[in-house]
Amino acid sequence: MAKVTFNEDRCKGCGLCVTACPKKIVQLSNRMNSKGYHPAEITNQEACIGCASCAIMCPDTVITVQMK
Amino acid sequence: MDFKKTKGLTDAPLHYCPGCTHGIIHRLVAESLEELGVLDRTVGVASVGCSVFTYNYFNCDMVQAAHGRAPAVATGIKRARPDDIVFTYQGDGDLAAIGTAETVHSAARNENITIIFVNNAIYGMTGGQMAPTTLPNQITQTSPYGRDVTVVGYPVKVCEMLSQVDGASYVERVAVNNVKNIMKAKKAIKKAFQNQIEGKGFSLIEVLSTCPTNWGKSPADAIKWLDENMATYYPLGVYKDKEATKND
Ligand SMILES: Cc1ncc(C[n+]2csc(CCOP(=O)(O)OP(=O)(O)O)c2C)c(N)n1
Ligand code: SF4
Ligand code: SF4
Ligand code: SF4
Repeated sequence: MAKVTFNEDRCKGCGLCVTACPKKIVQLSNRMNSKGYHPAEITNQEACIGCASCAIMCPDTVITVQMK
Repeated sequence: MDFKKTKGLTDAPLHYCPGCTHGIIHRLVAESLEELGVLDRTVGVASVGCSVFTYNYFNCDMVQAAHGRAPAVATGIKRARPDDIVFTYQGDGDLAAIGTAETVHSAARNENITIIFVNNAIYGMTGGQMAPTTLPNQITQTSPYGRDVTVVGYPVKVCEMLSQVDGASYVERVAVNNVKNIMKAKKAIKKAFQNQIEGKGFSLIEVLSTCPTNWGKSPADAIKWLDENMATYYPLGVYKDKEATKND
């Protein structure tokens, strides 16, 4: 299984990770981070296949993927 | 697969606009330097453009050159300190307009440096003026009716041009518009640094990149525009690889 974590305050809410995820389990949240952006979040950790597409696409290296 | 931020980048938050792919290119350069184990002997040369602050982001020594002069500065550093790994990071306004001479002649001399050339078809930092690389009919602040090639001429295709320069060793065009292309871009960038380590000479990697802000598009639409317009006008691929053609 894979665990995806977001360094939320570095996220700029650009949504590139959302379009990159083949499982469609990344979305922009309704929260606001300290910069005033809606940070990305994962909706279904169990469905994640650990492909790291989201992290590879993120311009701000917000995302960490850990296989366990 | 495991993915965590490379040590080749500092902890400074990037100042780039949301969805600007400059950040992806930074990561690929930083990962390559880390994986090749040369971070502690690398000197990067920042240029003038949105990437002027790269000296805050790469975890190696950095200097900042006057507009367009990065290859000349890199030449000096490399010749004075041949064991250092020296690279420039330049936009299309910097490299293909004011810095054309430095680019062509550093290639002609086959300087043993690595150039990362970020082509986003516009002047980003100064507010979206037409660049030498702006596509025909592309709307910018200074071409509000679209680039009229009968008045301002045609875009400069840097890889095609440098492939005709005998000195140049390795010239490839890549893009960072999807995961597959990003992996390919990483491979090309790493090879460009590997070439320098092996003393093979001048390597330039052109990376097609987005400027959502000045293109007036959302980050996702900017990626689509790159796909449909830039990647067709500027075909991806290897334009020159002296090593590969040596025995032809
Ligand atoms: C000698 C000089 N001329 C002009 C400028 C204005 N200027 C600053 S950045 C820039 C172009 C930046 O465009 P590009 O290299 O494409 O980088 P981007 O910002 O798009 O990443 C220009 C013309 C300058 N700083 N110095
Ligand atoms: S690792 Fe792959 S499947 Fe998991 S959230 Fe990221 S893109 Fe989606
Ligand atoms: S790609 Fe990165 S910066 Fe953009 S929304 Fe996703 S996590 Fe945030
Ligand atoms: S102006 Fe364009 S190139 Fe500059 S940071 Fe913003 S999106 Fe990127």
